[in-house]
Amino acid sequence: MSHELPEHPDWLWRNPDPKPSYDVVVVGAGGHGLATAYYLAKNHGITNVAVLERGWLAGGNMARNTTIIRSNYLWDESAALYEHALKLWEVLPEELEYDFLFSQRGVLNLAHTLQDVREGVRRVHANRLGGVDAEWLSTEDVKKFCPIVNTSSDARYPVLGATLQPRAGIAKHDHVAWALARKADAYGVDLIQGCEVTGFLRDGDRVVGVETTRGRINAGKVALAAAGHTSTLAARVGLRLPIQSHPLQALVSELLEPVHPCVVMSNHVHVYVSQAHKGELVMGAGIDAYPSYTRRGSVQIIEAQMAAALELFPLFGRAHVIRTWGGVVDVSPDASPVVGLTPVENLLVNCGWGTGGFKATPAAGWVYAHTIATGQPHPLNAPFGLERFTTGALIDEHGAAAVAH
Amino acid sequence: MLLIPCPWCGDRDETEFGYGGQAHVPYPEAPETLTDAEWAEYLFVRDNPEGPFTEQWVHTAGCRRWFTLVRDTTCNDILAVHRTGTTNPVHP
Amino acid sequence: MTETPANPHRLARGGRIDRSASLSFTFDGTRYHGHRGDTLASALLASGVRTVAPSIYRRRARGIVAAGVEEPNALVQLDGPCQEPMLPATTVELFDGLSARSLSGKGRLDPREDTALYDKKYVHCDVLVIGGGPAGLAAALAAGRSGARVILVDEQNELGGSLLSSRAERIDHAPASDWVASARDELTALPEVRLLTRATAVGVHDHGLVLVAERRTDHLGSTPLPGVSRQRLWHVRARQTVLATGAHERPLVFADNDRPGVMLAHAVRTYVNRYAVLPGRRAVVVTTNDSAYATAIDLVAAGVQVPVLVDARPEPPPALVAQVRAAGVEVRTGSAVVGTDGDPSLTAAWIAPLDRRGGAADATAVPCDLLAVSGGWNPVLHLFGQAQGTLRYDESLAAFVPERRPKGLVTAGAANGTCHLAGCLDEGTAAGTEAAARAGFTDDAPPARPRAQDAPPAPARALWTIPGGAGEPPTWHTHFVDLQRDATVADIHRAIGAGMRSVEHIKRYTTIGTGQDQGKTGAVVAIGAIAEALGVGSPGEVGTTTFRPPYTPVSFALLAGRDRGHLNDPVRVTPIHDWHVAHGAAFEDVGQWKRPWYYPRPDETMEAAVLRECRAAREAVAVMDASTLGKIDIQGPDAGEFLNRLYTNAFAKLKVGSCRYGVLCKADGMVFDDGVVMRLAPDRYLATTTTSGAAAVLEWMEMWLQTEWPDLRVHCTSVTEQWATVAVVGPKSRAVLAHLAPDLDLSAEAFAFMDFRETRLADGVPARIARVSFSGELAFEINVASWHGRAVWDAVMAAGAAYDITPYGTETMHVLRAEKGFIIVGQDTDGTVTPEDLGMGWVVSKRKEFVGKRSYRRPDTARPDRKHLVGLLPDDPTELLPEGAQLVADGVPTTTESGPVPMLGHVTSSYRSAVLGHTFALALVKDGRNRLGQSLQVPLVGRTVRATVTEPVFYDKEGTRRDG
Repeated sequence: MSHELPEHPDWLWRNPDPKPSYDVVVVGAGGHGLATAYYLAKNHGITNVAVLERGWLAGGNMARNTTIIRSNYLWDESAALYEHALKLWEVLPEELEYDFLFSQRGVLNLAHTLQDVREGVRRVHANRLGGVDAEWLSTEDVKKFCPIVNTSSDARYPVLGATLQPRAGIAKHDHVAWALARKADAYGVDLIQGCEVTGFLRDGDRVVGVETTRGRINAGKVALAAAGHTSTLAARVGLRLPIQSHPLQALVSELLEPVHPCVVMSNHVHVYVSQAHKGELVMGAGIDAYPSYTRRGSVQIIEAQMAAALELFPLFGRAHVIRTWGGVVDVSPDASPVVGLTPVENLLVNCGWGTGGFKATPAAGWVYAHTIATGQPHPLNAPFGLERFTTGALIDEHGAAAVAH
Repeated sequence: MLLIPCPWCGDRDETEFGYGGQAHVPYPEAPETLTDAEWAEYLFVRDNPEGPFTEQWVHTAGCRRWFTLVRDTTCNDILAVHRTGTTNPVHP
Repeated sequence: MTETPANPHRLARGGRIDRSASLSFTFDGTRYHGHRGDTLASALLASGVRTVAPSIYRRRARGIVAAGVEEPNALVQLDGPCQEPMLPATTVELFDGLSARSLSGKGRLDPREDTALYDKKYVHCDVLVIGGGPAGLAAALAAGRSGARVILVDEQNELGGSLLSSRAERIDHAPASDWVASARDELTALPEVRLLTRATAVGVHDHGLVLVAERRTDHLGSTPLPGVSRQRLWHVRARQTVLATGAHERPLVFADNDRPGVMLAHAVRTYVNRYAVLPGRRAVVVTTNDSAYATAIDLVAAGVQVPVLVDARPEPPPALVAQVRAAGVEVRTGSAVVGTDGDPSLTAAWIAPLDRRGGAADATAVPCDLLAVSGGWNPVLHLFGQAQGTLRYDESLAAFVPERRPKGLVTAGAANGTCHLAGCLDEGTAAGTEAAARAGFTDDAPPARPRAQDAPPAPARALWTIPGGAGEPPTWHTHFVDLQRDATVADIHRAIGAGMRSVEHIKRYTTIGTGQDQGKTGAVVAIGAIAEALGVGSPGEVGTTTFRPPYTPVSFALLAGRDRGHLNDPVRVTPIHDWHVAHGAAFEDVGQWKRPWYYPRPDETMEAAVLRECRAAREAVAVMDASTLGKIDIQGPDAGEFLNRLYTNAFAKLKVGSCRYGVLCKADGMVFDDGVVMRLAPDRYLATTTTSGAAAVLEWMEMWLQTEWPDLRVHCTSVTEQWATVAVVGPKSRAVLAHLAPDLDLSAEAFAFMDFRETRLADGVPARIARVSFSGELAFEINVASWHGRAVWDAVMAAGAAYDITPYGTETMHVLRAEKGFIIVGQDTDGTVTPEDLGMGWVVSKRKEFVGKRSYRRPDTARPDRKHLVGLLPDDPTELLPEGAQLVADGVPTTTESGPVPMLGHVTSSYRSAVLGHTFALALVKDGRNRLGQSLQVPLVGRTVRATVTEPVFYDKEGTRRDG
């Protein structure tokens, strides 16, 4: 075991059999499902809850992400939601009594073109007024904050500056899930693994439970939190969602002595990288263009990502990739999540987080639990309902179209 | 990296192609007659099946033709390829 | 040949090393010697070094365990002009002057520049054979003889695989090495066969793509060779792939099983036979299966004392037992090793009989300095798993073997769980034949099958953990399962005690299998230990974790290949680029293009240069290279109708010889691109696009044309790079043009705004000249074939010299257009902005249908108080508002004490204006057109300034200047 890192608790969770009925059944024991169960219990006193997981707990995107936590989103609605998450991240290690290696080491979003600069400065100004810590760094300041970044002016796309969110950082994803699961379990929530939802029990237009590989389970409310598989589940009640499931890949290096002090992201050259506590470099890039449930992506994405990484960090050249993997991310048309009620009574959805799901984990759980418990969206997720696709009030986090004369 | 059978050029690496989403989603005949919900369905809602999916690709770095693939999203196996406007599979 | 004194553990003869080449190397600061053909590990063992750096967390002494990529302990940092971290010493080929340092599971990145080259090759073949051992060679021969295009790859420096470690094996009644040599020669002679050694298949991807990492120069030294790539990544697109990837031996899990001196039995055999190295002088062999008997016999043959061979099976095959006993080795059956002594290297092994359940009692110590262990074999199925093949647990092999094989993949030999030579050869031949046949190649001649005489081994005993020492499994803190991660049986029990049941959870909790070796020795052992701890019947019920690429670590640099520096993304330049460089332009990256940003004179600031350039355009004449604008030639009888359907405004009735500005929106109604469209002929238009939007617009047009309106008779072609465009701008532009285009009547009456003319320039170059203006000034855009671009630019400069013509870049262009309130898509829009939002309702046809029109009726899109594009004048005329600054209503607190500050919008464009004499800005402001005259707050870092909302047109509102 790692002796430099904190020990895991001796006790995490029970492995109960499903009961015939629950007040709430959450489908998907990823970070969001677990956080939802935790806050249902903690904030709303609802503990007769099952979280159903077809595989192993937190084995989907929770196990596959690059662990970046930040709240410096462009639009007010997004920034508010992610900032709520960040404030929760700041108290959760103590609240959950679990050191999940939350490290507020700062996230840099590099700008490589004048268009990037405009977008970054815009985000900084909006963030500061929105209560999100944000700074604009000059190229020289970038070099000071992260000395290994290549700030040479003859790079193919030189670094022209960066936004910095000092409170942003990383956490150890698995440990976050286990921490939430442990507390949810302690509240009496049943975490049921190896239990796949195969259909829904209906009473007229209402959903009253789920069919699973471990039998029928009645439920007052059914809350989907199944990321890339949400459309498939929703389709079983005839609900079509504006979601496409795409592969998103990531990779790690072997363990290396500390060299990278923060998190660096670059949308322009498409790479993001941090160095985890153990010492491995953790990297991600963009999604594959086509939808797929294969949990693997196309290798040229990895190759382009490595080329981009070496543009920014030439000294990574002789590091080695020891493992690559893919997750299935649920992408919405405006790259913002869908959290709320559905046209089907007693069925709720939390999906569309795309590449942003991990950092939102506690806030997603918080507002989803609120929506489940009260039957109404929390003010923070009210803008993120399905209705926006009809009204046109999208929250378009694709950012600027990156087109310029 | 997918190997995509362009119906005009034959098998080529995925990097030569652009992706165009679900195929056979026609632009509504009379958009002005649609409700907001119907228009939203056209704009934003697409199938997202685990299994065979009919989708459009364009051979951007080749013949620039759009065409239709049927691809199994659970394994990426390509089950059929059609030239746009035809329904007979093509085996280049 | 005599043993060199420097290699006390080197056998006097034998091995596949070149004793004529003595190589000197340094390890942890001490000099040693070895031979060509050694690995760093074999040379260290030959020199008597078997202790490497202590373990990562518990700092326990560790030694070399394996002889290949599965090595968990002996990781080194290789010195050189650029150091390389975390290489297993067992895979580093020795070269003269090699220098390495032992690592405790963590490497260091060298900040010095890596000047080595890394490249890639993209190849196709009918049959790819992975693994050059007996099965792979047989497969390659069978496939190659059929005429199929075959590639055989092997990670070692020479072909042979397990046969390189063998001593007495025979094929076709001759020593196995003879057969390897003849197979290699035959394959080399086949014209369609390519052999790659030092080449590791690291990943199997979709549709038959296999990535192979070839190490081309690493064995020659650490200094990059000029012009030769150090490593090469092969992208092999194979119709069929034969996996003959062999098997990795499993260690045994017992108390203190991590001492230096405990080695895998087959690795011991490899060191003795292939490298002529004795890893010890007195060896105990412990096994659960037949394979280690050969190790015992070979050790004896090499002169090593082997007092005892311990077999966990109560009744091992009598013939094997007899053979070993005949060599003078005691055989203890139904027994195992239960512990070790050492200081810290091994001095004795404790041996005890096992009861039926695997418990042990009555241990006796056997002095030894080498413990060769075999816990069974794991078929190497990483690539098989990556390709989505599924595995099943085989009880008689005590191993996971292929179950459902993926399309296009065949397994053969030890990878299939076949552990005897005759079986490997047969399966290899069959697999090669089958793969070739599936790829369409059959060999009419009956295959000449290589043959061996051995029989399949007897069943192995599954022995996952061995009791020993005091206490129960949860206290087994020195029963190591994953040496690289320092993880033990006790750790597994702790994870299970916490409630974990899934192997994936236990892996993450204990970190087993997450090291640089990805658990090649430990992962399956862990599964066995988990099965025992959970009390389930078989490891098959626990299942494996997922196999992910790469099979062995691949350097970032190799994956990046040549896409570094300026090759990271293609650089696009115009035909006039060299002039811009020669005249000191600063450049802006726009898409892949390099565009002149501004042209500073010596000691001139950007601000001063831009003001000067702006002044020239407004007061005299200025010139800009506009060649990067996208240009799409649209032809066909239905071209007008086509454009009508895509652009928000109408083009069908545009006159030939005229231009019109148009806006493209996506189906959601949001502005996507814009540009001027010329009508060249009744059935021909030329549409210009933004510089970085060109490809997307063409793809967008083609999509609608081909998938939605195939009945329209229209063809689109990109002509961006066929044309060079020189914009001559300013009141004196007509005078300049008069010199250049003498045949043209340039008067405002004869050549109206938004018309174009075809003409020949004074030097005879055919040109298309358009009276379009992105500045509001009189302006002419000269379009010529791109190869004339530079000459025309030079002619413009010459003709303009009399008027002090001034070149200007994108920054001045931005200022000039902003003074006129012209938008830049992507700067004043962000994908959420409609033409109406921009105050450009005039460009949206009320009469015709176009893509996305319906979207404007949606409740949110039809809101009258959306964000509108407006002008902003800072109260302080010298205050340059930052682009991106947010706007807040008057009287609203701009601190966040009581929550987020409500924001009305942001500054999209902001400049100093030479002609206005003050700064100005464009902004998107909520309900902005109803706020004209309002004073807004602009909170900046540490201070707040104020600005007033205005119309977005600041200069020449009446448009009087465009005619000159």
